[in-house]
Amino acid sequence: MLEPRLDPARFLALSAAGAASFFLFWSAAALAGLTSREFLPAPWDVAARFSQLAVEPFAGFTLFQHLLSSFQRFAFGFVLAVAIGIPLGLLMAWFRWIDRIVAPVFEAVRFIAPIAWVPFAALWFGTGIGGPVLIIFMGAFPAVLINTYRGAKNVERKYIEASQMLGASSWRSMTEVLLPAAVPSIVAGLRISAGLGWQSLVGAELIVASSGVGYLMVKGQAAVSTATVMSGMIAIGVVGLLIDVALRRVQQLIETRRGL
Amino acid sequence: MVPRGADANAATRHPLARLAHALAVLAGVILLWHLLTAVFGVISPARFPTPAEVAASLQQIVVEGYSNARLHEHVLRSVLLVTMGFVVASSFGVALGLAMGASRKVEAFVNPIFLLLRPIPPLAWIPLAIVWLGLGDAAKIMVIFVAAFVPSVINSYTGVRQIDRPIFEASAMLDVTGWRYWREVLIPGALPSIFTGLRLSLQASWTTLVAAELIGAVAGLGQILNQAAQDIYPAMIVVGMVSVALSGWLMTLGLAWIEHRAMPWRVR
Repeated sequence: MLEPRLDPARFLALSAAGAASFFLFWSAAALAGLTSREFLPAPWDVAARFSQLAVEPFAGFTLFQHLLSSFQRFAFGFVLAVAIGIPLGLLMAWFRWIDRIVAPVFEAVRFIAPIAWVPFAALWFGTGIGGPVLIIFMGAFPAVLINTYRGAKNVERKYIEASQMLGASSWRSMTEVLLPAAVPSIVAGLRISAGLGWQSLVGAELIVASSGVGYLMVKGQAAVSTATVMSGMIAIGVVGLLIDVALRRVQQLIETRRGL
Repeated sequence: MVPRGADANAATRHPLARLAHALAVLAGVILLWHLLTAVFGVISPARFPTPAEVAASLQQIVVEGYSNARLHEHVLRSVLLVTMGFVVASSFGVALGLAMGASRKVEAFVNPIFLLLRPIPPLAWIPLAIVWLGLGDAAKIMVIFVAAFVPSVINSYTGVRQIDRPIFEASAMLDVTGWRYWREVLIPGALPSIFTGLRLSLQASWTTLVAAELIGAVAGLGQILNQAAQDIYPAMIVVGMVSVALSGWLMTLGLAWIEHRAMPWRVR
């Protein structure tokens, strides 16, 4: 039989013990003196480095400036993926001939990992903003398109039939029937694609960029400064989490408004 | 223009018809590509290669080799690395996930560590792996491990939690305990979700490996891409990208085959 829930006090105590043992183990490994502190810093070394990076420029900028430039690229690529993905998904759901032309091409291209576009990103855009944006787009686009398409395909037939009987044009059926009905699925897709886009961006910045958190980490790696690399990892994790929390709020708002 | 019924849906048509359709579209794309690059020159060959150039590069890498090795050697190297990292990581991951699902105490203890590490994308571990382990295989196995570990834990864990209550109640009534409880209740019940996790793990580890090889490697598919980018050799970049996609696709198919064998009771 599945165990009953633990009472909250015990659950909390065990969770605290879990987190504590993680940091204890880490600190012990760092302090054991098997490696240098540069190679394996203690948790407080990373915290100190993090706050230092927040005020002192490293690799040209402070941590927050790096984050800002990463986030701008992310926003650019993500908006582009949404702006193309949602209309294309609706068109594919409505016009069968578009579906039949686009779907095989899309399925084939989707199998190329976003990061594999890095060489072309470098070739086409150099170190300009276009390169990272291309990679984010490739990471974020599939989930937007698939979820829009699925959402629009699952619209109940009676709504479509009703709108057609009332003489709605293709344009009106798509914007006033398919789109609103697909919104919950689209928003779910946005959360997935934002996560994938943010990840792909970080990967892209490791290779083609001269600013951004990924670039900061590469510079930290070159300087064999583990604390810098870990600070970058923390910053990436926190921003990724914030993006997800923001989109989850949007999702909840939409679901409450629709009484789901 | 009238919305189609489910019968005309692409997914339900005859497999051969779907294949023929896909091939026709593929041929159309290649023709359009040829026209745009080689015939009308709308796209400059310095930016994107012609189909003929790609075919020549493919021949070059298959026969003579490129960037230290021939194509099959690059593919084999990458696929072997991913398989090794993936098998090790997912074995640990599935075991931990099942333990977290079965025991509230393990869940309470491990969850906070997970909550800390989970938001960090696998690709962000690459610089750390390089600092610690250098540019060799060890660093690659470390990033593959990280990439594959998280999804397999999460999905095994939710898999156990999604098993229907009546199954637990029946197994308790029949006094199924110990090893039998794991082998006949928990694992089969969680298996569909476990395989979802394995698929995500495999995709994540493949992407991460390609990224790690792009940053530094002696051979491997990412290394083809890296070398081709440095040589400004667009046709070879396309060969590298297609090889990455095809190998990833074949590995996913392999996993789907294992999934089918592992769960013969599931009709897909």
